[in-house]
Amino acid sequence: MTVLRCEIVPVRSQQDVVAVRQSVRSLAVAQGLSLVDQTKVVTAASELARNTLDHGGGGTARLEAVIDNGRTGLRLTFEDRGPGIKDVDLALTDGFTTGNGLGLGLGGAKRLSNEFDLWSRAGEGTRVTITRWR
Amino acid sequence: MADTSRAARSESGRIARVLEQDSANLLEAWIAAQSKVLSARGSISANELRSQSREFISLLQKAIASGASSVDGPDWDDVRGFLADLSKSRAIQGFSPRETAMFVFSLKEPLFERLGAAANPDADTRTTDVWNASLILDELGIYTTEVYQKSREQLISRQQQDLLELSTPVVKLWDGILALPMVGTLDSSRTQVAMESLLQRIVETGSDVAILDITGVPTVDTLTAQHLLKTVNAVHLMGAECIISGIRPQIAQTIVHLGVELGDVVTKASLADAFRLALSRTGRTVTRIDAHVNDRA
Repeated sequence: MTVLRCEIVPVRSQQDVVAVRQSVRSLAVAQGLSLVDQTKVVTAASELARNTLDHGGGGTARLEAVIDNGRTGLRLTFEDRGPGIKDVDLALTDGFTTGNGLGLGLGGAKRLSNEFDLWSRAGEGTRVTITRWR
Repeated sequence: MADTSRAARSESGRIARVLEQDSANLLEAWIAAQSKVLSARGSISANELRSQSREFISLLQKAIASGASSVDGPDWDDVRGFLADLSKSRAIQGFSPRETAMFVFSLKEPLFERLGAAANPDADTRTTDVWNASLILDELGIYTTEVYQKSREQLISRQQQDLLELSTPVVKLWDGILALPMVGTLDSSRTQVAMESLLQRIVETGSDVAILDITGVPTVDTLTAQHLLKTVNAVHLMGAECIISGIRPQIAQTIVHLGVELGDVVTKASLADAFRLALSRTGRTVTRIDAHVNDRA
Protein backbone atom coordinates (compact mmCIF):
# COMPACT_ATOMS: atom_id res chain seq x y z
CA MET A 1 0.00 0.00 0.00
CA THR A 2 1.43 3.36 -1.02
CA VAL A 3 0.47 6.65 0.59
CA LEU A 4 -0.12 9.36 -2.00
CA ARG A 5 -1.04 12.19 0.33
CA CYS A 6 -1.07 12.56 4.07
CA GLU A 7 -2.66 15.18 6.22
CA ILE A 8 -2.64 15.33 10.01
CA VAL A 9 -5.47 17.26 11.63
CA PRO A 10 -5.77 17.94 15.36
CA VAL A 11 -9.02 16.93 17.05
CA ARG A 12 -9.35 19.21 20.05
CA SER A 13 -12.71 20.92 19.69
CA GLN A 14 -16.11 20.71 18.05
CA GLN A 15 -14.78 22.96 15.27
CA ASP A 16 -11.97 20.47 14.61
CA VAL A 17 -14.58 17.74 14.02
CA VAL A 18 -16.12 19.95 11.34
CA ALA A 19 -12.65 20.57 9.89
CA VAL A 20 -11.98 16.81 9.79
CA ARG A 21 -15.23 16.25 7.90
CA GLN A 22 -14.36 18.93 5.37
CA SER A 23 -10.82 17.63 4.84
CA VAL A 24 -12.07 14.06 4.42
CA ARG A 25 -14.70 15.19 1.95
CA SER A 26 -12.23 17.09 -0.23
CA LEU A 27 -9.81 14.15 -0.08
CA ALA A 28 -12.61 11.73 -1.04
CA VAL A 29 -13.57 13.94 -3.98
CA ALA A 30 -9.93 14.13 -5.08
CA GLN A 31 -9.69 10.32 -4.90
CA GLY A 32 -12.74 9.98 -7.14
CA LEU A 33 -15.05 8.27 -4.65
CA SER A 34 -18.71 8.16 -5.61
CA LEU A 35 -21.16 10.46 -3.85
CA VAL A 36 -22.48 7.60 -1.71
CA ASP A 37 -18.97 6.50 -0.74
CA GLN A 38 -17.97 10.08 0.00
CA THR A 39 -20.93 10.45 2.32
CA LYS A 40 -20.17 7.13 4.01
CA VAL A 41 -16.53 7.88 4.68
CA VAL A 42 -17.26 11.45 5.81
CA THR A 43 -19.93 10.19 8.23
CA ALA A 44 -17.61 7.49 9.58
CA ALA A 45 -14.88 10.11 10.05
CA SER A 46 -17.35 12.33 11.87
CA GLU A 47 -18.26 9.55 14.29
CA LEU A 48 -14.66 8.59 15.00
CA ALA A 49 -13.47 12.18 15.35
CA ARG A 50 -16.24 12.84 17.86
CA ASN A 51 -15.28 9.69 19.78
CA THR A 52 -11.66 10.90 19.86
CA LEU A 53 -12.86 14.22 21.24
CA ASP A 54 -15.56 13.04 23.67
CA HIS A 55 -14.10 9.78 24.97
CA GLY A 56 -10.38 10.19 24.28
CA GLY A 57 -10.15 13.79 25.44
CA GLY A 58 -8.82 14.94 22.06
CA GLY A 59 -6.15 13.60 19.75
CA THR A 60 -5.21 13.59 16.10
CA ALA A 61 -6.65 12.41 12.82
CA ARG A 62 -4.32 11.22 10.08
CA LEU A 63 -6.01 11.38 6.69
CA GLU A 64 -4.26 9.50 3.90
CA ALA A 65 -4.95 8.99 0.24
CA VAL A 66 -3.65 5.51 -0.52
CA ILE A 67 -3.21 3.25 -3.54
CA ASP A 68 -2.91 -0.52 -3.37
CA ASN A 69 -2.67 -2.84 -6.38
CA GLY A 70 -4.20 -0.20 -8.62
CA ARG A 71 -7.19 0.63 -6.44
CA THR A 72 -7.32 3.95 -4.68
CA GLY A 73 -8.89 4.75 -1.38
CA LEU A 74 -8.83 6.67 1.84
CA ARG A 75 -7.25 5.51 5.07
CA LEU A 76 -8.15 7.43 8.20
CA THR A 77 -6.46 6.95 11.56
CA PHE A 78 -7.85 8.47 14.75
CA GLU A 79 -5.57 8.39 17.75
CA ASP A 80 -5.88 9.59 21.31
CA ARG A 81 -4.11 9.08 24.62
CA GLY A 82 -7.31 8.88 26.62
CA PRO A 83 -8.49 6.25 29.07
CA GLY A 84 -8.84 3.54 26.39
CA ILE A 85 -11.71 1.12 25.84
CA LYS A 86 -12.18 -1.54 28.50
CA ASP A 87 -14.27 -3.96 26.48
CA VAL A 88 -13.87 -3.58 22.73
CA ASP A 89 -16.64 -6.05 21.81
CA LEU A 90 -19.07 -4.28 24.10
CA ALA A 91 -18.08 -0.89 22.66
CA LEU A 92 -18.88 -2.18 19.18
CA THR A 93 -22.31 -3.38 20.27
CA ASP A 94 -25.10 -1.23 18.89
CA GLY A 95 -26.86 0.76 21.51
CA PHE A 96 -24.05 0.56 24.04
CA THR A 97 -22.82 3.94 25.17
CA THR A 98 -20.85 5.34 28.06
CA GLY A 99 -22.02 8.85 27.25
CA ASN A 100 -25.50 9.96 26.32
CA GLY A 101 -25.37 9.37 22.58
CA LEU A 102 -27.17 6.71 20.58
CA GLY A 103 -24.35 4.19 20.98
CA LEU A 104 -24.11 3.59 17.25
CA GLY A 105 -21.01 5.59 16.33
CA LEU A 106 -18.28 2.96 16.53
CA GLY A 107 -20.31 0.10 15.05
CA GLY A 108 -21.72 2.47 12.45
CA ALA A 109 -18.24 3.62 11.43
CA LYS A 110 -17.25 -0.04 11.05
CA ARG A 111 -20.23 -0.76 8.81
CA LEU A 112 -19.55 2.37 6.75
CA SER A 113 -15.97 1.36 5.91
CA ASN A 114 -14.35 -1.50 4.03
CA GLU A 115 -11.63 -2.15 6.57
CA PHE A 116 -11.75 -1.45 10.27
CA ASP A 117 -9.05 -1.82 12.87
CA LEU A 118 -9.34 -0.90 16.53
CA TRP A 119 -6.45 -0.88 18.97
CA SER A 120 -7.01 0.15 22.54
CA ARG A 121 -5.41 -0.41 25.89
CA ALA A 122 -6.83 0.75 29.20
CA GLY A 123 -4.95 3.81 30.40
CA GLU A 124 -2.91 4.19 27.21
CA GLY A 125 -5.31 5.32 24.55
CA THR A 126 -7.19 4.27 21.46
CA ARG A 127 -6.36 4.08 17.78
CA VAL A 128 -8.99 3.40 15.14
CA THR A 129 -8.04 2.94 11.49
CA ILE A 130 -10.61 2.69 8.73
CA THR A 131 -10.14 2.30 4.99
CA ARG A 132 -12.68 3.00 2.29
CA TRP A 133 -11.80 1.83 -1.21
CA ARG A 134 -13.05 3.39 -4.38
CA MET B 1 19.92 52.29 43.00
CA ALA B 2 19.79 56.01 42.35
CA ASP B 3 22.80 55.60 40.10
CA THR B 4 21.16 52.97 37.96
CA SER B 5 17.96 54.91 37.56
CA ARG B 6 19.91 58.04 36.63
CA ALA B 7 21.92 55.98 34.16
CA ALA B 8 18.72 54.55 32.73
CA ARG B 9 17.32 58.05 32.41
CA SER B 10 20.36 59.34 30.57
CA GLU B 11 20.25 56.31 28.27
CA SER B 12 16.59 56.77 27.49
CA GLY B 13 17.33 60.47 27.17
CA ARG B 14 19.69 59.77 24.30
CA ILE B 15 17.07 57.72 22.46
CA ALA B 16 14.47 60.42 23.07
CA ARG B 17 16.89 63.06 21.75
CA VAL B 18 17.50 61.15 18.53
CA LEU B 19 13.73 60.77 18.11
CA GLU B 20 13.20 64.49 18.64
CA GLN B 21 16.09 66.07 16.77
CA ASP B 22 16.20 63.82 13.78
CA SER B 23 12.47 63.17 13.57
CA ALA B 24 12.01 64.51 10.01
CA ASN B 25 14.68 62.27 8.48
CA LEU B 26 13.64 59.37 10.66
CA LEU B 27 10.05 59.72 9.48
CA GLU B 28 11.08 59.62 5.81
CA ALA B 29 13.30 56.56 6.28
CA TRP B 30 10.62 54.81 8.32
CA ILE B 31 7.87 55.46 5.78
CA ALA B 32 10.15 54.10 3.06
CA ALA B 33 10.74 50.97 5.15
CA GLN B 34 6.99 50.53 5.77
CA SER B 35 6.10 50.94 2.11
CA LYS B 36 8.33 47.96 1.34
CA VAL B 37 6.36 45.75 3.75
CA LEU B 38 2.83 46.88 2.93
CA SER B 39 1.35 45.09 -0.03
CA ALA B 40 0.40 47.06 -3.09
CA ARG B 41 -3.31 46.71 -2.35
CA GLY B 42 -3.42 50.39 -1.51
CA SER B 43 -5.57 49.72 1.55
CA ILE B 44 -4.00 52.71 3.26
CA SER B 45 -3.25 56.09 1.74
CA ALA B 46 0.22 57.64 1.84
CA ASN B 47 -1.15 60.60 3.81
CA GLU B 48 -2.75 58.39 6.42
CA LEU B 49 0.43 56.37 6.82
CA ARG B 50 2.45 59.56 7.17
CA SER B 51 0.21 61.05 9.85
CA GLN B 52 0.08 57.75 11.76
CA SER B 53 3.86 57.46 11.64
CA ARG B 54 4.43 61.07 12.69
CA GLU B 55 2.05 60.72 15.61
CA PHE B 56 3.67 57.49 16.76
CA ILE B 57 7.18 59.00 16.72
CA SER B 58 6.07 61.96 18.78
CA LEU B 59 4.17 59.77 21.30
CA LEU B 60 7.13 57.39 21.52
CA GLN B 61 9.51 60.30 22.06
CA LYS B 62 7.40 61.65 24.94
CA ALA B 63 7.06 58.25 26.56
CA ILE B 64 10.78 57.50 26.37
CA ALA B 65 11.66 60.99 27.60
CA SER B 66 9.53 60.35 30.68
CA GLY B 67 12.16 57.81 31.65
CA ALA B 68 9.71 55.06 32.55
CA SER B 69 11.39 51.76 31.83
CA SER B 70 8.34 49.48 31.54
CA VAL B 71 5.99 49.94 28.59
CA ASP B 72 3.13 48.75 30.80
CA GLY B 73 3.31 51.86 32.97
CA PRO B 74 0.96 54.86 32.88
CA ASP B 75 3.54 56.98 31.00
CA TRP B 76 3.04 54.67 28.05
CA ASP B 77 -0.76 54.82 28.04
CA ASP B 78 -0.85 57.14 25.02
CA VAL B 79 1.49 54.96 22.99
CA ARG B 80 -0.43 51.80 23.83
CA GLY B 81 -3.76 53.47 23.15
CA PHE B 82 -2.52 54.68 19.80
CA LEU B 83 -1.22 51.22 18.85
CA ALA B 84 -4.45 49.56 19.99
CA ASP B 85 -6.52 51.84 17.75
CA LEU B 86 -4.16 51.34 14.83
CA SER B 87 -4.17 47.57 15.31
CA LYS B 88 -7.96 47.35 15.57
CA SER B 89 -8.53 49.46 12.48
CA ARG B 90 -5.96 47.43 10.54
CA ALA B 91 -7.55 44.16 11.64
CA ILE B 92 -10.92 45.38 10.32
CA GLN B 93 -9.38 46.75 7.10
CA GLY B 94 -7.99 43.29 6.39
CA PHE B 95 -4.28 43.86 6.98
CA SER B 96 -2.28 40.71 7.64
CA PRO B 97 -0.82 40.24 11.15
CA ARG B 98 2.61 40.71 9.61
CA GLU B 99 1.70 44.03 8.05
CA THR B 100 0.22 45.22 11.32
CA ALA B 101 3.16 44.22 13.49
CA MET B 102 5.67 45.57 10.99
CA PHE B 103 4.36 49.08 11.65
CA VAL B 104 6.41 48.96 14.85
CA PHE B 105 9.18 46.60 13.83
CA SER B 106 10.06 48.49 10.67
CA LEU B 107 11.06 51.46 12.84
CA LYS B 108 14.02 49.47 14.12
CA GLU B 109 16.32 49.82 11.14
CA PRO B 110 16.07 53.60 10.64
CA LEU B 111 16.15 54.24 14.40
CA PHE B 112 19.14 52.00 15.05
CA GLU B 113 21.07 53.61 12.18
CA ARG B 114 20.56 56.99 13.76
CA LEU B 115 21.41 55.77 17.26
CA GLY B 116 24.65 54.41 15.84
CA ALA B 117 25.42 57.57 13.90
CA ALA B 118 24.62 59.92 16.80
CA ALA B 119 27.57 61.64 18.39
CA ASN B 120 28.05 58.99 21.01
CA PRO B 121 31.31 58.55 22.79
CA ASP B 122 31.94 54.84 22.47
CA ALA B 123 30.75 51.60 20.99
CA ASP B 124 29.43 50.25 24.31
CA THR B 125 27.05 53.17 24.72
CA ARG B 126 25.80 52.72 21.21
CA THR B 127 25.20 49.03 21.82
CA THR B 128 23.30 49.80 25.03
CA ASP B 129 21.12 52.37 23.24
CA VAL B 130 20.30 49.99 20.43
CA TRP B 131 19.54 47.21 22.92
CA ASN B 132 17.21 49.41 24.96
CA ALA B 133 15.42 50.72 21.90
CA SER B 134 15.09 47.16 20.64
CA LEU B 135 13.51 45.98 23.89
CA ILE B 136 10.95 48.78 23.76
CA LEU B 137 10.03 48.20 20.12
CA ASP B 138 9.78 44.43 20.64
CA GLU B 139 7.36 44.92 23.51
CA LEU B 140 5.27 47.36 21.50
CA GLY B 141 5.31 45.08 18.46
CA ILE B 142 4.06 42.14 20.48
CA TYR B 143 1.41 44.34 22.07
CA THR B 144 0.22 45.38 18.61
CA THR B 145 -0.04 41.75 17.53
CA GLU B 146 -2.01 40.84 20.64
CA VAL B 147 -4.54 43.58 20.06
CA TYR B 148 -4.78 42.58 16.41
CA GLN B 149 -5.50 38.99 17.37
CA LYS B 150 -8.10 39.97 19.94
CA SER B 151 -9.94 42.13 17.40
CA ARG B 152 -9.96 39.23 14.94
CA GLU B 153 -11.31 36.89 17.59
CA GLN B 154 -14.08 39.36 18.41
CA LEU B 155 -14.91 39.57 14.71
CA ILE B 156 -15.08 35.78 14.44
CA SER B 157 -17.26 35.29 17.51
CA ARG B 158 -19.63 38.01 16.28
CA GLN B 159 -19.88 36.27 12.93
CA GLN B 160 -20.55 32.95 14.68
CA GLN B 161 -23.42 34.55 16.55
CA ASP B 162 -24.76 36.03 13.31
CA LEU B 163 -24.56 32.63 11.67
CA LEU B 164 -26.37 30.99 14.58
CA GLU B 165 -29.34 33.29 14.13
CA LEU B 166 -29.26 33.30 10.35
CA SER B 167 -29.34 29.55 10.13
CA THR B 168 -32.60 29.00 11.98
CA PRO B 169 -35.45 30.79 10.22
CA VAL B 170 -38.84 29.18 10.77
CA VAL B 171 -41.01 29.83 7.74
CA LYS B 172 -44.75 29.51 7.42
CA LEU B 173 -45.62 27.59 4.27
CA TRP B 174 -49.37 27.64 4.74
CA ASP B 175 -51.92 28.06 7.50
CA GLY B 176 -50.93 25.46 10.06
CA ILE B 177 -47.81 24.34 8.21
CA LEU B 178 -44.33 25.45 9.30
CA ALA B 179 -40.97 24.60 7.78
CA LEU B 180 -37.50 24.78 9.26
CA PRO B 181 -34.87 24.63 6.53
CA MET B 182 -31.64 23.59 8.21
CA VAL B 183 -28.32 24.47 6.63
CA GLY B 184 -24.77 23.43 7.47
CA THR B 185 -23.49 21.63 10.52
CA LEU B 186 -26.09 20.63 13.08
CA ASP B 187 -24.10 20.96 16.26
CA SER B 188 -25.75 20.99 19.65
CA SER B 189 -26.04 24.75 20.14
CA ARG B 190 -27.47 25.40 16.68
CA THR B 191 -30.00 22.60 16.97
CA GLN B 192 -30.99 23.93 20.36
CA VAL B 193 -31.66 27.40 18.94
CA ALA B 194 -33.52 25.90 15.98
CA MET B 195 -35.66 23.67 18.18
CA GLU B 196 -36.58 26.51 20.50
CA SER B 197 -37.63 28.84 17.71
CA LEU B 198 -39.61 26.06 16.00
CA LEU B 199 -41.52 25.14 19.17
CA GLN B 200 -42.17 28.80 19.87
CA ARG B 201 -43.58 29.35 16.38
CA ILE B 202 -45.79 26.23 16.65
CA VAL B 203 -47.43 27.79 19.69
CA GLU B 204 -47.71 31.24 18.12
CA THR B 205 -49.23 30.05 14.86
CA GLY B 206 -51.14 27.08 16.23
CA SER B 207 -49.64 24.92 13.53
CA ASP B 208 -50.41 21.22 13.11
CA VAL B 209 -47.49 20.21 10.92
CA ALA B 210 -43.79 21.09 11.08
CA ILE B 211 -41.39 20.16 8.30
CA LEU B 212 -37.70 19.78 9.15
CA ASP B 213 -35.82 20.16 5.90
CA ILE B 214 -32.25 18.84 5.95
CA THR B 215 -31.41 19.36 2.26
CA GLY B 216 -28.69 21.79 3.33
CA VAL B 217 -27.11 19.47 5.89
CA PRO B 218 -24.14 17.74 4.24
CA THR B 219 -23.53 15.03 6.85
CA VAL B 220 -26.03 13.19 8.99
CA ASP B 221 -24.15 11.23 11.62
CA THR B 222 -25.46 9.71 14.85
CA LEU B 223 -25.26 13.00 16.74
CA THR B 224 -27.17 14.86 14.03
CA ALA B 225 -29.73 12.04 13.94
CA GLN B 226 -30.09 12.23 17.70
CA HIS B 227 -30.67 15.98 17.52
CA LEU B 228 -33.28 15.48 14.80
CA LEU B 229 -35.07 12.77 16.78
CA LYS B 230 -35.16 14.98 19.87
CA THR B 231 -36.66 17.81 17.84
CA VAL B 232 -39.26 15.47 16.35
CA ASN B 233 -40.17 14.17 19.82
CA ALA B 234 -40.53 17.69 21.16
CA VAL B 235 -42.79 18.64 18.26
CA HIS B 236 -44.92 15.53 18.92
CA LEU B 237 -45.21 16.51 22.56
CA MET B 238 -46.58 19.85 21.44
CA GLY B 239 -49.34 17.92 19.68
CA ALA B 240 -48.08 18.67 16.20
CA GLU B 241 -46.87 16.35 13.48
CA CYS B 242 -43.30 16.42 12.23
CA ILE B 243 -41.99 15.49 8.78
CA ILE B 244 -38.30 15.28 7.93
CA SER B 245 -37.58 16.15 4.31
CA GLY B 246 -34.48 16.45 2.16
CA ILE B 247 -33.24 12.90 2.70
CA ARG B 248 -31.02 12.31 -0.32
CA PRO B 249 -30.11 8.78 -1.49
CA GLN B 250 -26.58 8.91 -0.06
CA ILE B 251 -27.92 10.14 3.29
CA ALA B 252 -30.52 7.34 3.34
CA GLN B 253 -27.85 4.70 2.72
CA THR B 254 -25.59 6.15 5.38
CA ILE B 255 -28.36 6.26 7.98
CA VAL B 256 -29.12 2.59 7.26
CA HIS B 257 -25.47 1.59 7.71
CA LEU B 258 -25.18 3.62 10.88
CA GLY B 259 -28.12 1.66 12.25
CA VAL B 260 -30.11 4.72 13.27
CA GLU B 261 -33.77 3.84 13.79
CA LEU B 262 -35.99 6.72 12.77
CA GLY B 263 -38.96 4.77 14.11
CA ASP B 264 -42.31 6.19 13.08
CA VAL B 265 -40.88 9.51 11.93
CA VAL B 266 -42.35 10.46 8.58
CA THR B 267 -39.61 11.22 6.06
CA LYS B 268 -39.72 12.50 2.50
CA ALA B 269 -37.07 12.96 -0.17
CA SER B 270 -37.91 16.55 -0.99
CA LEU B 271 -39.54 19.55 0.64
CA ALA B 272 -42.19 19.52 -2.10
CA ASP B 273 -43.22 15.96 -1.18
CA ALA B 274 -43.33 16.87 2.48
CA PHE B 275 -45.44 19.95 1.73
CA ARG B 276 -47.88 17.90 -0.35
CA LEU B 277 -48.22 15.42 2.52
CA ALA B 278 -48.66 18.23 5.04
CA LEU B 279 -51.43 19.75 2.91
CA SER B 280 -53.29 16.46 2.67
CA ARG B 281 -52.88 15.87 6.43
CA THR B 282 -54.52 19.23 7.06
CA GLY B 283 -57.34 18.39 4.66
CA ARG B 284 -56.16 20.32 1.63
CA THR B 285 -55.10 19.49 -1.87
CA VAL B 286 -53.38 21.36 -4.66
CA THR B 287 -55.25 21.43 -7.96
CA ARG B 288 -54.24 22.98 -11.23
CA ILE B 289 -56.89 25.37 -12.58
CA ASP B 290 -55.30 25.46 -16.01
CA ALA B 291 -58.12 24.95 -18.60
CA HIS B 292 -55.95 22.72 -20.73
CA VAL B 293 -55.40 20.30 -17.90
CA ASN B 294 -59.08 20.36 -17.00
CA ASP B 295 -60.00 19.43 -20.56
CA ARG B 296 -57.72 16.46 -20.53
CA ALA B 297 -59.05 15.31 -17.20
